Amino acid sequence: MAEKEEVKLLGIWASPFSRRIEMALKLKGIAYDYVEESLDNKSPLLLALNPIHKKVPVLVHNGKAILESHVVLEYIDETWKHNPILPQDPYDRSKARFFAKLVDEQIFNAGFVSMTKAEQQGREDLAEQTRELITYLEKELVGKDFLGGKSVGFLDLVAGSMIPFCLERGWEGMGLQVITDDKFPEYKRWVKNLEKVESVTDCIPPKEKHIEHMNFMVGRFRSS
Amino acid sequence: MGKYNGKVVVLDFWASPYAMRTKIALREKGVEFEVQEEDLWNKSELLLKSNPVHKKVPVLIHKDKPISESLVQVQYIDETWTDTASFFPSDPQARATARFWSDFADKTISFEGGKKIWGNTKGEEQEKGKKEFLESMKILETELGDKSYFGGETFGYVDITLVPFYSWFYALEKCGDFSVETECPKIVAWGKRCVERDSVAATLPESEKVYQQVLKLRQIFGVE
Repeated sequence: MAEKEEVKLLGIWASPFSRRIEMALKLKGIAYDYVEESLDNKSPLLLALNPIHKKVPVLVHNGKAILESHVVLEYIDETWKHNPILPQDPYDRSKARFFAKLVDEQIFNAGFVSMTKAEQQGREDLAEQTRELITYLEKELVGKDFLGGKSVGFLDLVAGSMIPFCLERGWEGMGLQVITDDKFPEYKRWVKNLEKVESVTDCIPPKEKHIEHMNFMVGRFRSS
Repeated sequence: MGKYNGKVVVLDFWASPYAMRTKIALREKGVEFEVQEEDLWNKSELLLKSNPVHKKVPVLIHKDKPISESLVQVQYIDETWTDTASFFPSDPQARATARFWSDFADKTISFEGGKKIWGNTKGEEQEKGKKEFLESMKILETELGDKSYFGGETFGYVDITLVPFYSWFYALEKCGDFSVETECPKIVAWGKRCVERDSVAATLPESEKVYQQVLKLRQIFGVE
Protein backbone atom coordinates (compact mmCIF):
# COMPACT_ATOMS: atom_id res chain seq x y z
CA MET A 1 0.00 0.00 0.00
CA ALA A 2 1.54 3.29 -1.10
CA GLU A 3 0.48 5.48 1.79
CA LYS A 4 2.66 8.55 2.06
CA GLU A 5 4.29 8.55 5.47
CA GLU A 6 6.65 11.21 6.75
CA VAL A 7 9.84 9.38 7.65
CA LYS A 8 13.02 11.29 8.27
CA LEU A 9 16.35 10.01 9.54
CA LEU A 10 19.01 12.24 11.06
CA GLY A 11 22.32 10.43 10.77
CA ILE A 12 26.06 10.61 10.27
CA TRP A 13 27.64 8.76 7.34
CA ALA A 14 30.36 7.18 9.48
CA SER A 15 28.23 6.20 12.45
CA PRO A 16 27.39 2.50 12.75
CA PHE A 17 24.44 3.49 14.93
CA SER A 18 22.80 5.48 12.15
CA ARG A 19 23.91 3.17 9.30
CA ARG A 20 22.06 0.25 10.89
CA ILE A 21 18.84 2.27 10.78
CA GLU A 22 19.35 2.96 7.07
CA MET A 23 19.82 -0.79 6.56
CA ALA A 24 16.58 -1.55 8.40
CA LEU A 25 14.61 1.04 6.43
CA LYS A 26 15.99 -0.36 3.17
CA LEU A 27 15.21 -3.96 4.21
CA LYS A 28 11.60 -2.93 4.78
CA GLY A 29 11.43 -0.81 1.64
CA ILE A 30 10.51 2.31 3.62
CA ALA A 31 11.06 5.63 1.85
CA TYR A 32 12.69 8.28 3.99
CA ASP A 33 14.35 11.67 3.90
CA TYR A 34 17.93 11.64 5.11
CA VAL A 35 19.54 14.54 6.97
CA GLU A 36 23.32 14.37 7.27
CA GLU A 37 24.46 15.71 10.62
CA SER A 38 27.93 16.79 11.61
CA LEU A 39 29.64 15.91 14.89
CA ASP A 40 30.86 19.42 15.46
CA ASN A 41 27.99 21.41 14.10
CA LYS A 42 24.80 19.72 15.20
CA SER A 43 21.68 21.10 13.61
CA PRO A 44 19.07 22.97 15.64
CA LEU A 45 16.66 20.21 14.60
CA LEU A 46 18.84 17.49 16.13
CA LEU A 47 19.33 19.45 19.33
CA ALA A 48 15.59 20.07 19.58
CA LEU A 49 14.65 16.43 18.91
CA ASN A 50 17.31 14.85 21.14
CA PRO A 51 18.11 17.43 23.81
CA ILE A 52 19.31 14.87 26.37
CA HIS A 53 21.88 12.95 24.31
CA LYS A 54 22.29 15.25 21.27
CA LYS A 55 23.14 12.21 19.17
CA VAL A 56 22.21 10.43 15.97
CA PRO A 57 20.34 8.45 14.90
CA VAL A 58 17.01 10.18 15.30
CA LEU A 59 14.07 8.77 13.41
CA VAL A 60 11.17 11.13 12.87
CA HIS A 61 7.90 9.44 11.97
CA ASN A 62 4.66 11.36 11.63
CA GLY A 63 6.15 14.24 13.56
CA LYS A 64 7.46 12.26 16.55
CA ALA A 65 11.11 11.57 17.30
CA ILE A 66 12.40 8.09 18.17
CA LEU A 67 15.83 7.97 19.80
CA GLU A 68 18.55 5.35 20.52
CA SER A 69 19.40 2.92 17.73
CA HIS A 70 18.06 -0.27 19.43
CA VAL A 71 14.83 1.56 20.30
CA VAL A 72 14.53 2.79 16.69
CA LEU A 73 15.07 -0.73 15.30
CA GLU A 74 12.36 -2.18 17.54
CA TYR A 75 10.04 0.71 16.65
CA ILE A 76 10.58 0.14 12.92
CA ASP A 77 9.85 -3.58 13.37
CA GLU A 78 6.63 -2.91 15.31
CA THR A 79 5.39 -0.23 12.94
CA TRP A 80 6.17 -1.88 9.60
CA LYS A 81 5.48 -5.55 10.25
CA HIS A 82 6.58 -7.07 6.93
CA ASN A 83 10.13 -8.51 6.62
CA PRO A 84 10.48 -8.80 10.41
CA ILE A 85 13.96 -8.20 11.82
CA LEU A 86 13.44 -9.46 15.36
CA PRO A 87 12.84 -13.20 15.81
CA GLN A 88 9.31 -14.31 16.76
CA ASP A 89 10.20 -16.58 19.66
CA PRO A 90 10.76 -14.78 23.01
CA TYR A 91 13.89 -16.82 23.82
CA ASP A 92 15.45 -16.03 20.43
CA ARG A 93 14.51 -12.39 20.93
CA SER A 94 16.24 -12.41 24.30
CA LYS A 95 19.43 -13.78 22.73
CA ALA A 96 19.34 -11.14 19.97
CA ARG A 97 18.91 -8.37 22.56
CA PHE A 98 21.60 -9.81 24.82
CA PHE A 99 24.18 -9.99 22.05
CA ALA A 100 23.20 -6.58 20.65
CA LYS A 101 24.04 -5.10 24.05
CA LEU A 102 27.34 -7.02 24.09
CA VAL A 103 28.28 -5.57 20.69
CA ASP A 104 27.43 -1.97 21.46
CA GLU A 105 28.81 -1.97 24.99
CA GLN A 106 31.63 -4.46 25.67
CA ILE A 107 32.82 -4.99 22.07
CA PHE A 108 32.64 -1.29 21.17
CA ASN A 109 34.45 -0.38 24.40
CA ALA A 110 37.23 -2.97 24.23
CA GLY A 111 37.41 -2.80 20.46
CA PHE A 112 37.58 0.92 20.08
CA VAL A 113 36.99 3.34 22.94
CA SER A 114 39.58 1.82 25.30
CA MET A 115 42.00 1.25 22.43
CA THR A 116 42.05 4.96 21.64
CA LYS A 117 43.34 5.71 25.11
CA ALA A 118 45.95 2.90 25.18
CA GLU A 119 49.44 2.51 23.78
CA GLN A 120 50.53 -0.33 21.49
CA GLN A 121 50.83 -3.07 24.14
CA GLY A 122 47.58 -2.00 25.75
CA ARG A 123 45.92 -2.14 22.34
CA GLU A 124 47.20 -5.67 21.78
CA ASP A 125 45.70 -6.73 25.12
CA LEU A 126 42.39 -5.10 24.20
CA ALA A 127 42.51 -6.81 20.82
CA GLU A 128 42.72 -10.14 22.64
CA GLN A 129 39.76 -9.17 24.86
CA THR A 130 37.82 -8.18 21.76
CA ARG A 131 38.60 -11.52 20.12
CA GLU A 132 37.23 -13.34 23.18
CA LEU A 133 34.01 -11.36 22.95
CA ILE A 134 33.60 -11.87 19.20
CA THR A 135 34.05 -15.61 19.81
CA TYR A 136 30.57 -15.61 21.38
CA LEU A 137 29.17 -14.40 18.06
CA GLU A 138 31.34 -16.92 16.20
CA LYS A 139 29.61 -19.70 18.18
CA GLU A 140 26.17 -18.25 17.42
CA LEU A 141 26.88 -18.37 13.69
CA VAL A 142 27.54 -22.11 13.47
CA GLY A 143 25.06 -23.65 11.06
CA LYS A 144 23.46 -20.31 10.19
CA ASP A 145 23.73 -17.96 7.22
CA PHE A 146 23.07 -14.96 9.42
CA LEU A 147 22.78 -14.28 13.16
CA GLY A 148 19.06 -13.94 12.48
CA GLY A 149 18.99 -17.37 10.84
CA LYS A 150 18.10 -17.60 7.15
CA SER A 151 17.88 -13.84 6.67
CA VAL A 152 19.37 -10.63 8.02
CA GLY A 153 17.90 -9.71 11.40
CA PHE A 154 18.24 -7.28 14.30
CA LEU A 155 21.53 -8.69 15.54
CA ASP A 156 23.02 -8.80 12.03
CA LEU A 157 22.24 -5.11 11.64
CA VAL A 158 23.76 -4.20 15.02
CA ALA A 159 26.82 -6.44 14.79
CA GLY A 160 27.28 -5.94 11.04
CA SER A 161 27.20 -2.14 11.15
CA MET A 162 29.55 -2.20 14.14
CA ILE A 163 32.17 -4.88 13.61
CA PRO A 164 33.04 -5.57 9.95
CA PHE A 165 31.87 -2.20 8.65
CA CYS A 166 33.17 0.07 11.38
CA LEU A 167 35.55 -1.43 13.96
CA GLU A 168 37.56 -3.32 11.31
CA ARG A 169 38.20 -0.02 9.61
CA GLY A 170 39.40 1.40 12.91
CA TRP A 171 41.69 -1.59 13.47
CA GLU A 172 43.17 -1.24 10.00
CA GLY A 173 43.95 2.38 10.74
CA MET A 174 45.59 1.41 14.05
CA GLY A 175 47.60 -1.40 12.42
CA LEU A 176 45.90 -4.09 14.51
CA GLN A 177 44.77 -7.50 13.29
CA VAL A 178 41.92 -8.40 15.57
CA ILE A 179 40.08 -10.90 13.35
CA THR A 180 42.91 -13.39 12.98
CA ASP A 181 42.88 -15.70 9.95
CA ASP A 182 42.57 -18.98 11.83
CA LYS A 183 40.02 -18.34 14.57
CA PHE A 184 36.99 -16.84 12.88
CA PRO A 185 35.80 -18.93 9.92
CA GLU A 186 32.11 -18.44 10.78
CA TYR A 187 32.55 -14.67 11.17
CA LYS A 188 34.26 -14.46 7.78
CA ARG A 189 31.53 -16.53 6.15
CA TRP A 190 28.92 -14.26 7.75
CA VAL A 191 30.57 -11.10 6.44
CA LYS A 192 30.62 -12.61 2.91
CA ASN A 193 26.90 -13.34 3.30
CA LEU A 194 26.23 -9.77 4.45
CA GLU A 195 28.10 -8.45 1.45
CA LYS A 196 25.56 -10.19 -0.80
CA VAL A 197 22.63 -8.31 0.74
CA GLU A 198 21.91 -5.07 -1.10
CA SER A 199 20.14 -3.39 1.82
CA VAL A 200 23.33 -3.87 3.82
CA THR A 201 25.96 -3.04 1.21
CA ASP A 202 24.09 0.07 0.08
CA CYS A 203 24.53 1.43 3.59
CA ILE A 204 28.20 0.76 4.27
CA PRO A 205 30.47 3.80 4.59
CA PRO A 206 33.12 3.93 1.82
CA LYS A 207 36.19 2.09 3.14
CA GLU A 208 39.13 4.42 2.62
CA LYS A 209 37.22 7.49 3.73
CA HIS A 210 35.99 5.54 6.75
CA ILE A 211 39.49 4.42 7.78
CA GLU A 212 40.57 8.06 7.63
CA HIS A 213 37.56 9.05 9.71
CA MET A 214 38.24 6.35 12.31
CA ASN A 215 41.82 7.62 12.66
CA PHE A 216 40.43 11.07 13.25
CA MET A 217 38.05 9.64 15.88
CA VAL A 218 40.97 7.95 17.67
CA GLY A 219 42.49 11.37 18.19
CA ARG A 220 39.17 12.78 19.30
CA PHE A 221 38.47 10.04 21.88
CA ARG A 222 42.05 10.18 23.11
CA SER A 223 41.87 13.83 23.95
CA SER A 224 38.42 13.66 25.54
CA MET B 1 -1.90 -16.18 38.36
CA GLY B 2 0.61 -16.80 35.59
CA LYS B 3 -0.17 -20.09 33.86
CA TYR B 4 2.42 -22.77 34.60
CA ASN B 5 4.77 -22.75 31.68
CA GLY B 6 7.87 -24.63 32.83
CA LYS B 7 10.23 -24.25 35.78
CA VAL B 8 11.55 -20.77 36.50
CA VAL B 9 14.70 -20.14 38.55
CA VAL B 10 16.34 -16.82 39.34
CA LEU B 11 20.02 -16.76 40.27
CA ASP B 12 19.89 -13.89 42.72
CA PHE B 13 21.61 -11.65 45.19
CA TRP B 14 19.16 -10.03 47.61
CA ALA B 15 20.67 -6.53 47.41
CA SER B 16 21.16 -6.45 43.63
CA PRO B 17 18.86 -3.83 42.11
CA TYR B 18 19.20 -5.66 38.80
CA ALA B 19 17.93 -8.93 40.24
CA MET B 20 15.07 -6.99 41.86
CA ARG B 21 13.85 -5.95 38.40
CA THR B 22 13.48 -9.57 37.34
CA LYS B 23 11.75 -10.69 40.54
CA ILE B 24 9.33 -7.75 40.38
CA ALA B 25 8.49 -8.63 36.77
CA LEU B 26 7.83 -12.29 37.64
CA ARG B 27 5.68 -11.30 40.63
CA GLU B 28 3.72 -8.80 38.56
CA LYS B 29 2.86 -11.65 36.21
CA GLY B 30 2.02 -14.01 39.08
CA VAL B 31 4.69 -16.49 37.94
CA GLU B 32 5.98 -18.97 40.52
CA PHE B 33 9.76 -19.14 40.66
CA GLU B 34 12.64 -20.50 42.70
CA VAL B 35 15.34 -18.20 43.98
CA GLN B 36 18.91 -19.40 44.25
CA GLU B 37 20.84 -16.93 46.38
CA GLU B 38 24.40 -16.48 45.16
CA ASP B 39 27.49 -15.57 47.14
CA LEU B 40 29.06 -13.03 44.81
CA TRP B 41 32.49 -13.78 46.23
CA ASN B 42 32.03 -17.49 45.60
CA LYS B 43 29.86 -17.86 42.52
CA SER B 44 28.14 -21.18 41.91
CA GLU B 45 28.97 -23.50 39.01
CA LEU B 46 25.45 -22.94 37.73
CA LEU B 47 25.95 -19.18 37.60
CA LEU B 48 29.30 -19.43 35.85
CA LYS B 49 27.86 -21.92 33.36
CA SER B 50 24.61 -19.97 32.78
CA ASN B 51 26.23 -16.58 32.30
CA PRO B 52 29.73 -17.30 31.03
CA VAL B 53 30.00 -13.90 29.33
CA HIS B 54 29.43 -11.68 32.36
CA LYS B 55 29.28 -14.14 35.31
CA LYS B 56 26.72 -11.86 36.98
CA VAL B 57 23.34 -12.02 38.63
CA PRO B 58 20.55 -12.03 37.84
CA VAL B 59 20.23 -15.02 35.57
CA LEU B 60 16.74 -16.16 34.64
CA ILE B 61 16.51 -19.86 33.85
CA HIS B 62 13.25 -20.93 32.20
CA LYS B 63 12.79 -24.57 31.17
CA ASP B 64 16.55 -24.97 31.73
CA LYS B 65 17.40 -22.18 29.24
CA PRO B 66 19.38 -19.29 30.76
CA ILE B 67 18.81 -15.63 29.97
CA SER B 68 21.18 -12.88 31.15
CA GLU B 69 20.83 -9.09 31.57
CA SER B 70 17.97 -7.86 33.73
CA LEU B 71 16.17 -5.74 31.13
CA VAL B 72 16.43 -8.51 28.55
CA GLN B 73 14.85 -10.77 31.19
CA VAL B 74 12.03 -8.31 31.94
CA GLN B 75 11.16 -8.12 28.24
CA TYR B 76 11.32 -11.91 27.96
CA ILE B 77 8.95 -12.24 30.93
CA ASP B 78 6.56 -9.76 29.34
CA GLU B 79 6.61 -11.61 26.02
CA THR B 80 6.27 -15.09 27.53
CA TRP B 81 3.48 -14.62 30.10
CA THR B 82 0.91 -12.79 28.07
CA ASP B 83 -2.24 -13.69 29.99
CA THR B 84 -1.67 -10.69 32.28
CA ALA B 85 -1.23 -7.03 31.39
CA SER B 86 1.92 -6.09 29.45
CA PHE B 87 4.58 -3.88 31.00
CA PHE B 88 4.43 -1.86 27.79
CA PRO B 89 1.70 0.25 26.21
CA SER B 90 0.42 -1.07 22.89
CA ASP B 91 1.19 1.96 20.72
CA PRO B 92 4.66 1.68 19.06
CA GLN B 93 5.52 5.32 19.78
CA ALA B 94 4.63 4.98 23.46
CA ARG B 95 6.63 1.73 23.59
CA ALA B 96 9.63 3.53 22.10
CA THR B 97 9.28 6.24 24.74
CA ALA B 98 9.24 3.59 27.48
CA ARG B 99 12.34 1.90 26.02
CA PHE B 100 14.15 5.23 25.78
CA TRP B 101 13.48 6.17 29.41
CA SER B 102 14.33 2.71 30.68
CA ASP B 103 17.64 2.93 28.82
CA PHE B 104 18.27 6.41 30.26
CA ALA B 105 17.46 5.27 33.82
CA ASP B 106 19.57 2.13 33.39
CA LYS B 107 22.60 4.09 32.18
CA THR B 108 22.42 6.93 34.70
CA ILE B 109 21.12 5.36 37.93
CA SER B 110 23.36 2.37 38.47
CA PHE B 111 25.39 0.38 40.95
CA GLU B 112 28.58 1.93 39.59
CA GLY B 113 27.04 5.40 39.85
CA GLY B 114 26.03 4.75 43.43
CA LYS B 115 29.53 3.50 44.18
CA LYS B 116 30.88 6.97 43.38
CA ILE B 117 28.87 8.12 46.40
CA TRP B 118 29.30 5.30 48.94
CA GLY B 119 32.72 4.25 47.67
CA ASN B 120 34.29 7.58 48.49
CA THR B 121 34.63 9.60 51.65
CA LYS B 122 33.48 13.22 51.74
CA GLY B 123 35.32 15.16 49.06
CA GLU B 124 35.55 16.00 45.38
CA GLU B 125 34.91 12.48 44.03
CA GLN B 126 31.86 11.99 46.20
CA GLU B 127 30.49 15.42 45.27
CA LYS B 128 30.89 14.55 41.61
CA GLY B 129 29.00 11.30 42.18
CA LYS B 130 26.19 13.07 44.01
CA LYS B 131 25.92 15.72 41.30
CA GLU B 132 25.65 13.13 38.52
CA PHE B 133 23.10 11.09 40.48
CA LEU B 134 20.90 14.09 41.27
CA GLU B 135 21.11 15.59 37.78
CA SER B 136 19.90 12.35 36.26
CA MET B 137 17.24 11.86 38.91
CA LYS B 138 15.92 15.36 38.21
CA ILE B 139 15.63 14.59 34.51
CA LEU B 140 13.69 11.45 35.41
CA GLU B 141 11.53 13.46 37.79
CA THR B 142 10.67 15.90 34.99
CA GLU B 143 9.69 12.97 32.79
CA LEU B 144 7.54 11.51 35.58
CA GLY B 145 5.84 14.85 36.15
CA ASP B 146 2.54 14.49 37.94
CA LYS B 147 1.83 11.00 36.60
CA SER B 148 1.34 8.12 39.02
CA TYR B 149 3.90 6.03 37.16
CA PHE B 150 6.28 6.67 34.29
CA GLY B 151 3.82 5.11 31.85
CA GLY B 152 0.87 7.07 33.23
CA GLU B 153 -1.72 5.27 35.29
CA THR B 154 -0.17 1.82 34.85
CA PHE B 155 2.97 0.46 36.51
CA GLY B 156 5.28 -0.59 33.70
CA TYR B 157 8.69 -1.15 32.19
CA VAL B 158 10.33 2.13 33.25
CA ASP B 159 9.02 1.78 36.79
CA ILE B 160 10.38 -1.78 36.98
CA THR B 161 13.75 -0.52 35.68
CA LEU B 162 14.13 2.22 38.27
CA VAL B 163 12.24 1.24 41.43
CA PRO B 164 14.88 -1.18 42.81
CA PHE B 165 17.18 1.79 43.36
CA TYR B 166 14.56 3.27 45.71
CA SER B 167 15.75 0.70 48.26
CA TRP B 168 19.26 2.12 47.89
CA PHE B 169 18.34 5.79 48.48
CA TYR B 170 18.77 5.63 52.24
CA ALA B 171 22.25 4.11 51.98
CA LEU B 172 23.31 6.76 49.43
CA GLU B 173 21.84 9.52 51.58
CA LYS B 174 23.66 8.38 54.70
CA CYS B 175 26.99 8.00 52.90
CA GLY B 176 26.65 11.18 50.87
CA ASP B 177 24.92 13.35 53.44
CA PHE B 178 22.03 14.50 51.28
CA SER B 179 18.32 13.93 50.91
CA VAL B 180 16.74 12.54 47.76
CA GLU B 181 13.33 13.69 49.03
CA THR B 182 14.50 17.30 49.31
CA GLU B 183 15.99 17.27 45.83
CA CYS B 184 13.45 15.06 44.04
CA PRO B 185 10.21 14.88 46.05
CA LYS B 186 8.12 13.49 43.19
CA ILE B 187 10.53 10.59 42.73
CA VAL B 188 10.30 9.69 46.40
CA ALA B 189 6.49 9.94 46.28
CA TRP B 190 6.55 7.67 43.22
CA GLY B 191 8.79 5.20 45.09
CA LYS B 192 6.38 5.08 48.01
CA ARG B 193 3.50 4.51 45.58
CA CYS B 194 5.36 1.63 43.91
CA VAL B 195 6.15 -0.03 47.24
CA GLU B 196 2.39 -0.31 47.83
CA ARG B 197 2.31 -2.90 45.03
CA ASP B 198 2.67 -6.48 46.25
CA SER B 199 5.35 -7.31 43.69
CA VAL B 200 7.56 -4.42 44.78
CA ALA B 201 6.92 -4.84 48.52
CA ALA B 202 7.81 -8.53 48.30
CA THR B 203 11.03 -7.79 46.42
CA LEU B 204 12.66 -4.63 47.76
CA PRO B 205 14.78 -5.21 50.85
CA GLU B 206 14.51 -2.84 53.82
CA SER B 207 16.54 0.31 53.34
CA GLU B 208 18.37 -0.24 56.63
CA LYS B 209 19.46 -3.71 55.49
CA VAL B 210 20.83 -2.27 52.24
CA TYR B 211 22.67 0.39 54.25
CA GLN B 212 24.30 -2.29 56.43
CA GLN B 213 25.35 -4.10 53.25
CA VAL B 214 26.87 -0.89 51.88
CA LEU B 215 28.81 -0.41 55.13
CA LYS B 216 30.16 -3.93 54.68
CA LEU B 217 31.17 -3.10 51.10
CA ARG B 218 32.90 0.07 52.31
CA GLN B 219 34.94 -2.05 54.69
CA ILE B 220 35.81 -4.56 51.98
CA PHE B 221 36.85 -1.80 49.58
CA GLY B 222 38.78 0.00 52.32
CA VAL B 223 36.79 3.22 52.20
CA GLU B 224 37.61 5.27 55.24
